[in-house]
Amino acid sequence: MAGIISYGGYVPFYRLSRKEIVRAWGSGMPKGEKAVASFDEDSITMAVAAAQNCIKGINKEDIEGLYFASTTFPYAEKQSAAIVAEALGLTAQVRTIDISNSLRGGSLALITALDAVKAGSISKALVICADTRMGYPKGANENTYGDGAAALLIGDTDVAVEIDAVSSVTADILETWRSFGEVFSRQSEGRFSREVGYTKIFPKAMIQLLKEHGLATTDIAKLAYNAPDAGQHRLVAKKAGFDLKTQVQDPLLANIGNTGSAMALMILISALEKAKAGEKLLLGSYGDGCDVLLLQVTENIAALKDNRGIDFYLNCKKSMDNYMKYLLWRELIQTEPAPRPPQPMVSPPSLERDRQWGMALRGFKCMECNFIQFPAQMVCTNCGAVDKREPYEFSSRIGKLTTFSHDNLAAAIDPPTTICAVDFEGGGRIMCDMTDRDLEEVKAGMDVEMTFRKIQVVTGIHNYYWKCVPHRG
Amino acid sequence: MESIKDKVSIIGMGCTRFGERWESSGHDLIVEAVQEAYKDAGIEQKDIQAAWVGTTGSGRTGQCLAEALKMHYIPITRVENACATGSDAFRNACYAVAAGVYDVVLAVGFEKLKDTGYSGLELKNPMTSNRTQTLTAPSEFALLGTGYFSKYGLSNEEGKLMLAKISAKSHLNGVKSPKAHFRKAVSVETILNAPIIAWPLGLFDCCGVSDGAAAAIICRSDMAKSFRDDAVKVKSLQICVGSKSGFLRSDYGFSHVEESFRAGKAAYKEAGISDPFKQISMAEVHDCFSITEAVIMEDLQFCPRGTVKQYVDDGAFEADGELPVNIDGGLKCFGHPIGASGLRMLYEVYKQLQGKAGDRQLKNPELGLTHNLGGFPAGPTISVIITGN
Repeated sequence: MAGIISYGGYVPFYRLSRKEIVRAWGSGMPKGEKAVASFDEDSITMAVAAAQNCIKGINKEDIEGLYFASTTFPYAEKQSAAIVAEALGLTAQVRTIDISNSLRGGSLALITALDAVKAGSISKALVICADTRMGYPKGANENTYGDGAAALLIGDTDVAVEIDAVSSVTADILETWRSFGEVFSRQSEGRFSREVGYTKIFPKAMIQLLKEHGLATTDIAKLAYNAPDAGQHRLVAKKAGFDLKTQVQDPLLANIGNTGSAMALMILISALEKAKAGEKLLLGSYGDGCDVLLLQVTENIAALKDNRGIDFYLNCKKSMDNYMKYLLWRELIQTEPAPRPPQPMVSPPSLERDRQWGMALRGFKCMECNFIQFPAQMVCTNCGAVDKREPYEFSSRIGKLTTFSHDNLAAAIDPPTTICAVDFEGGGRIMCDMTDRDLEEVKAGMDVEMTFRKIQVVTGIHNYYWKCVPHRG
Repeated sequence: MESIKDKVSIIGMGCTRFGERWESSGHDLIVEAVQEAYKDAGIEQKDIQAAWVGTTGSGRTGQCLAEALKMHYIPITRVENACATGSDAFRNACYAVAAGVYDVVLAVGFEKLKDTGYSGLELKNPMTSNRTQTLTAPSEFALLGTGYFSKYGLSNEEGKLMLAKISAKSHLNGVKSPKAHFRKAVSVETILNAPIIAWPLGLFDCCGVSDGAAAAIICRSDMAKSFRDDAVKVKSLQICVGSKSGFLRSDYGFSHVEESFRAGKAAYKEAGISDPFKQISMAEVHDCFSITEAVIMEDLQFCPRGTVKQYVDDGAFEADGELPVNIDGGLKCFGHPIGASGLRMLYEVYKQLQGKAGDRQLKNPELGLTHNLGGFPAGPTISVIITGN
């Protein structure tokens, strides 16, 4: 039976208190906080983070498909899934697909991957969804939207969650939309959604699926589904006949926000973190219609309890100082540029040479003297052997901070830039920047882990590489 | 392998005022320094048989010197070795003379940094994928600060205080240095309270970004007397180039600079020096940042590893200390027009050895050392030059 083998979630470190948004505009709902991607994060980097959490310990050569859903891909022309696959160090044979534009992209990716697995054309597939949407400043969506990502590994062996049934409804109703070139999402009035769209179509599809499989709502341990806001979320459960208190998974709206195409699967992961073998779950995902999936938890779920899902990130966070920082990080305001030379052009041939070794943070181990070094170079620094090297991956290793500086001079969106020398267990040194850190916590000797981040965007090229972050948890 | 010791002599030197020379182009600075050197040596341009010019980015090829000086049809080579450029131009010139190919040659270093329109140093690198860390000169050397403090167990306060004392010393020396960029004494307290540029380095831990040029005229030692009685002899010329292995090896701890140690060791051997702290009369070292000077004191074996704080506290490197360091203000206060700095250091040693250093003249110096660092602590180019009477 095909289903979910593993899961991984990701929520950005920074949270913006909704009180700060209300304080800036003088109006709005001051309850809770929203997760905000850092200045060096986007849907691609968050996708890599969630996927890293999902495939820890999994043989990468077995992953034959990567389905990436988002409504906020950085490129209009150029695939994002390919970048994610490179960063993860998947094989060149992996089939990569971007699933764009739909708020139910996460479940569409899941269903598409599932079909490929069932058809036998792919043995294991990664399903990733990530979004960093923006609502108009001062609008309700700005308050509700948050950033995040989810990843599932789909296959037909050792599954932790069987997918027993899938049903889809397509409905081209204008509830939320954003045209090419537009920055902010728009939406119709809430009553329209309640009477014609979301709150009508979604519960109907859930009831229908249960009926087709001869199940009652009480057979379902947890219902996980996305929603534009808490009010409509409650209404769906009520209309479908579920008990809000016991059967409905918290939609993460209060402390993370509406994460667009990533939301349904993030809530599902949240549910799986508490799920027990034998339980039946219902996954609902809404956007341009909806998908409803019937899931059955197996005993393999116990092996995933140490995976970083959503729970880990609920307490792994830092409050953003203020709303202005949010505007700055999302490039909604311009500030005086640093009095430094303009960013140099990125060399595509040099990027290509990097890719051969480095996108997945690979250095090498000298085949003559076993000395581990980064980045990959022709000559071993230790013994001088020429081109006797085997790739050595650093991306999932823990390192120790040997020395650092907080640099106020470097042109940066959020100075100071913390530059580091990191030494790894088992050998190897990487010089890199540190991100998502409190200045006070940075000490020589601390443990760090590696994270894929956006380095800069010059001439339309989104340039990514790795930074370190304090090892938390 | 032969040594350079006593084979060549400096018979003339020139150095411009360093600073923000808005009124002067790079070429103007070259002319100013070289004219002083000609006058000092008592020669004319037609006496120069070959020349070496050092700049990291203010000119290309030997033509930048020929064009500025209208020096026609002689061999000129541009030398570039990062911040050690000036020293390497001098070194190449010395070897050509020592080889017996030329009798009288010119070495020039210059840099015009203040035409960029912003503060700080612009580092121009070959085109890359721009994915590596955001490096600035202060942050690179700040790594040495954090690394040193951590290795020798200095608290941030102790470490910062040691660095502040070094900078305060350089500022005090700068007051007596008419051609220096900064000529104002600054208190330790002001230094400690200055804004942080790259933790742990504050504003006064960083050297000046300056325009300037310096020049030397070199001849065979056996003919130096025909030019002047107080020519200065070259005792050793060493360059040690690192492979940036500190970026690759975990056993490099950012608490010393291996290349400095090795260049120093080789230079002492060439000059026949066994106890540098006692035998060297004065040192002009590459204090691009205060922490660099601290670490150089240990790398050049002026004091044992981990003890520089004690030596700084005791005033060993002050103007009236046992081994005055950067008596002209150093890079910190004299300024740092990159290609010119190595020759500027040599200019101070030359004047001191001749007893012509004015208010800051040391008593009977015999041997002077210049230490010039190009690149970053994890694998730089180091020049150590020792000159004497």
